[in-house]
Amino acid sequence: MSRTLISLVHIRKEFANGTVALDDFSMDVREGEFLSLLGPSGCGKSTALRLIAGLADVSAGAITWPSGGSARSGIGFVFQEPTLMPWASVIDNVYLPLKLKGLSRTEAMPRIMDTLALVGLADFAKVYPRELSGGMKMRVSIARALVTEPKLLLMDEPFAALDEITRFKLNDDILRLKEARNVTVIFVTHSVYESVYLSSRIIVMAARPGRVVAEIAVDAPYPRNEDFRATAIYTETCKAASQALHGAMAAHDHL
Amino acid sequence: MRSLAQTGAAARFGLPLLLAAAILGWWEWGVWYYSIPPYSLPSPSGIIAALIRDWPVLSVSLWVTLQTTLAGMALAFAGGVALGVLLGMVKTAENMLFPYAVVLQVTPIIAIAPILLIYFPAPTVVLLTAFLVTYFPVLSNTITGMRSTDRGLEALFDLYGANAWRRITLLKLKTALPYILTGFRIGGPLALIGAVVAEIAAGTAGAGSGLAYRIIESTYRLNVPRAFAALLLLSIMGIIIFYTIVFISHLMLKDWHESAMQKER
Ligand SMILES: Nc1ncnc2c1ncn2[C@@H]1O[C@H](COP(=O)(O)OP(=O)(O)OP(=O)(O)O)[C@@H](O)[C@H]1O
Ligand SMILES: [Mg+2]
Repeated sequence: MSRTLISLVHIRKEFANGTVALDDFSMDVREGEFLSLLGPSGCGKSTALRLIAGLADVSAGAITWPSGGSARSGIGFVFQEPTLMPWASVIDNVYLPLKLKGLSRTEAMPRIMDTLALVGLADFAKVYPRELSGGMKMRVSIARALVTEPKLLLMDEPFAALDEITRFKLNDDILRLKEARNVTVIFVTHSVYESVYLSSRIIVMAARPGRVVAEIAVDAPYPRNEDFRATAIYTETCKAASQALHGAMAAHDHL
Repeated sequence: MRSLAQTGAAARFGLPLLLAAAILGWWEWGVWYYSIPPYSLPSPSGIIAALIRDWPVLSVSLWVTLQTTLAGMALAFAGGVALGVLLGMVKTAENMLFPYAVVLQVTPIIAIAPILLIYFPAPTVVLLTAFLVTYFPVLSNTITGMRSTDRGLEALFDLYGANAWRRITLLKLKTALPYILTGFRIGGPLALIGAVVAEIAAGTAGAGSGLAYRIIESTYRLNVPRAFAALLLLSIMGIIIFYTIVFISHLMLKDWHESAMQKER
């Protein structure tokens, strides 16, 4: 089994308004895995990602990086919305993380163009975000997260707002990218099918307060493609995940 | 066949010009038909004639007013943005200073001008009042702009460990730009009003020789065509200031901001 990358131990997160987003939340993230967080709306998935990224502080408990802090400086984050800068072209949006690291635009250009090619947007490099479709904006956002070649990629329901065709396509793209770059991915989703298709492991969460209720391994090798959706393992795992999720949901919870 | 753009331009410039021509024609005809003397109401042609005849005097006044207005405006733009950035970033600074900015704004400028004239020479007062009326819209719009940053982008800058300077220049000021330009668009024409108010307050007592001073002086001498000519110059100046700002802000926003976009359907 691969090494532990991040360890979350008895995490509690309480907001100033008294909302307890996470309580006694523990999980390990292993190096190189594709981990999905699956749970109803409001169970603290986004909060967990923000804590891991260091964008918010825990109220109690600890987040440790047993393999050393080096991975910590190499995090890519794809937010629930594309969050692009409307005043900057696609190139300049993707350039931002490198600019903040002190690279000049000319130095960064090969990497920017490579990453744009990877997400299939090389032809749209000079365009402004408002001229892109929702799926294309999301791909720019993914390119921006990948351009620093992070060791850890955090994705917060990146495809929730997209149609199924685009979503399936981007699912395959993400798997391809993960193989190519060998990144560790933590992927937040509402969708049982998406989580099974993508993940090597799924953590099912429940709300009020946010906590782990089940952990499901997806015993299928990568690379995966559409054929995987027709296998028995896929169907079985979907059923198990779905049961765990609905078992975790109270009557008034929403997916 | 005429394109859509041509029809748009005709409606945009043609119609106001047509209206102006109609009103001016009626005015010219009325003055001639009722034989109104120029010291009561000069005709449009009489005003133009006065403008040409008095150009040596009026051009000097135009230059004086233009210079002080632009100087006051530039100071207010720079000062308003600089202070706005500070107050937008540091809450305690806003709590401390903003009330004073409001006091300066709500006190009628026409009442401040005579008092300033006790302490400063007339040209300085003209500059100061132009500044005083202009800075506030710039300041308050800048503060709002600095506070309007997208939280997701803010988190992104956190993630990559951006320092305060980077955050201001690459994120906050960019977000604030449309707000700041709105402040300029409101404040710019006010600078001219401020300058004129101060020139009037200084009156003949002032050493000033701006356009507003010319208007007062001309009315005292019943040289009404000249007063109208000076007024015309003031309007033209206001129009040019306003549209220059509109044009520059359009150039700065045209690639990305909705307000500067052609609507497509
Ligand atoms: N800044 C905040 N202040 C107060 N409460 C918050 C804040 N952010 C989130 N919460 C609360 O914390 C809980 C978890 O929120 P979070 O955004 O992590 O949920 P989520 O699992 O990502 O939901 P969704 O799937 O709908 O995105 C919710 O009850 C939410 O109301
Ligand atoms: Mg969320």
